[in-house]
Amino acid sequence: MNRRQVMQRAMALGFVSGLEGCNYDDPNHPDLADKFLHAMSAWNDRVQAALFDPHTLAPTFRPSQITMPPRFNAFYDISQAPVVDETSYRLELGGQIADKTPWSLAQLNALPQEGQITRLICVEGWRVIGQWAGVPLGQFLRRVGADITCRYVSFQCADGYYSSIDMASALHPQTLLALQFLGQPLTPAFGAPVRLRIPTKLGFKNPKSIMQLAVTNIYPGGYWEDQGYNWFSGS
Amino acid sequence: MRDKRIRVIHPWILRLTHWLNAFAIVMMIGSGWQIYNASPLFGFSFPITITIGQWLGAAIAWHLAMMWLLVGNGLVYFIWTGASGHWRKLVPPGPKAIWRDMKLALSFRLAHETGVYNAVQRLLYTGVLLAGVVVVLSGLAIWKPVQLWPLCDLWGGYFAARYVHFFAMTAIALFLAVHLALVAMVPKVLPPMITGGKL
Repeated sequence: MNRRQVMQRAMALGFVSGLEGCNYDDPNHPDLADKFLHAMSAWNDRVQAALFDPHTLAPTFRPSQITMPPRFNAFYDISQAPVVDETSYRLELGGQIADKTPWSLAQLNALPQEGQITRLICVEGWRVIGQWAGVPLGQFLRRVGADITCRYVSFQCADGYYSSIDMASALHPQTLLALQFLGQPLTPAFGAPVRLRIPTKLGFKNPKSIMQLAVTNIYPGGYWEDQGYNWFSGS
Repeated sequence: MRDKRIRVIHPWILRLTHWLNAFAIVMMIGSGWQIYNASPLFGFSFPITITIGQWLGAAIAWHLAMMWLLVGNGLVYFIWTGASGHWRKLVPPGPKAIWRDMKLALSFRLAHETGVYNAVQRLLYTGVLLAGVVVVLSGLAIWKPVQLWPLCDLWGGYFAARYVHFFAMTAIALFLAVHLALVAMVPKVLPPMITGGKL
């Protein structure tokens, strides 16, 4: 067997495992390759948590650099984006939070706001620059008496999407409960009435149309995370 | 400066890191092509039959798992190459020697001298090692553009780093094609890369 054949077999091995062993698409029936990838992904979560510096800020951009028109992205078509009634909307709080009184949109808008022009990087590789404004999540969590020694903050969305982030990233100064996009209140396609904006993580870690926020020590997973995307997915 | 104790053409550590690297690089390129397909930089995609991972999530999982093998194995190789003096065999000679050996190689008259790298080999090996360093550093910049922002800035930002990463991969893939073609032309060089061979 010459080297070319060796390489061809190596390629074929990768190819076959790509076909049969590396689907990574059935979390309930993991095969050996899935278990290996899962263990490595958990290891990468730990490496990223260690690499995360709470004082390192994501780069900010000039208004002229904002991507226009903005790019819609979800696991469904733009016409399917959920429309939440803003007058009856209440942000539900759950888990290790002292004051779980739900928040209306007007109450959230009355809190001190911060804005940012940051880059959103999609797990697919593309990136856009946008302008968001809203309530810093860390300030909000402290205001409602969340136990910030907990490990996770989880989000449930109007469209069935769900995700979760680590507490250190939740307390990062650029992590917002965003209420505005491009200087206007959020529209349904871009996450109305409230979305998470977290420029230190990939785009899919920015859930839209958030209905419930919870603080917990029990791993909450996420829509894509449960299918195989790396959970931490920090930038 | 040849170490008189070395009686094999390829020491075991070189053979081990070579084959681990071969496996890692095939997995990295195959999964990288699938990741590329999710958001192509150019007007083409890679056929799914030659990619690794059935969908983006699996491809990324493979890519971010195998990067540890690629980098860990690469570090062992670089440390050994530096410490053992092996690097002296790899330093490319002057342009004259390269031009001479290149002409000989292209006319298929460049003789293979056991245990000695000719000028073309030295140039190719040094070049692919450099491409390996670039592919890893640009990959880290894409993976962590915020936490490793100085590395991202080095390549001119996240957007540019994706192109750098792609072209470094292309350089490695082209090297691989030439490398395999040369082994096919001079098959006697293959067994020593497995057994070590004798000088």
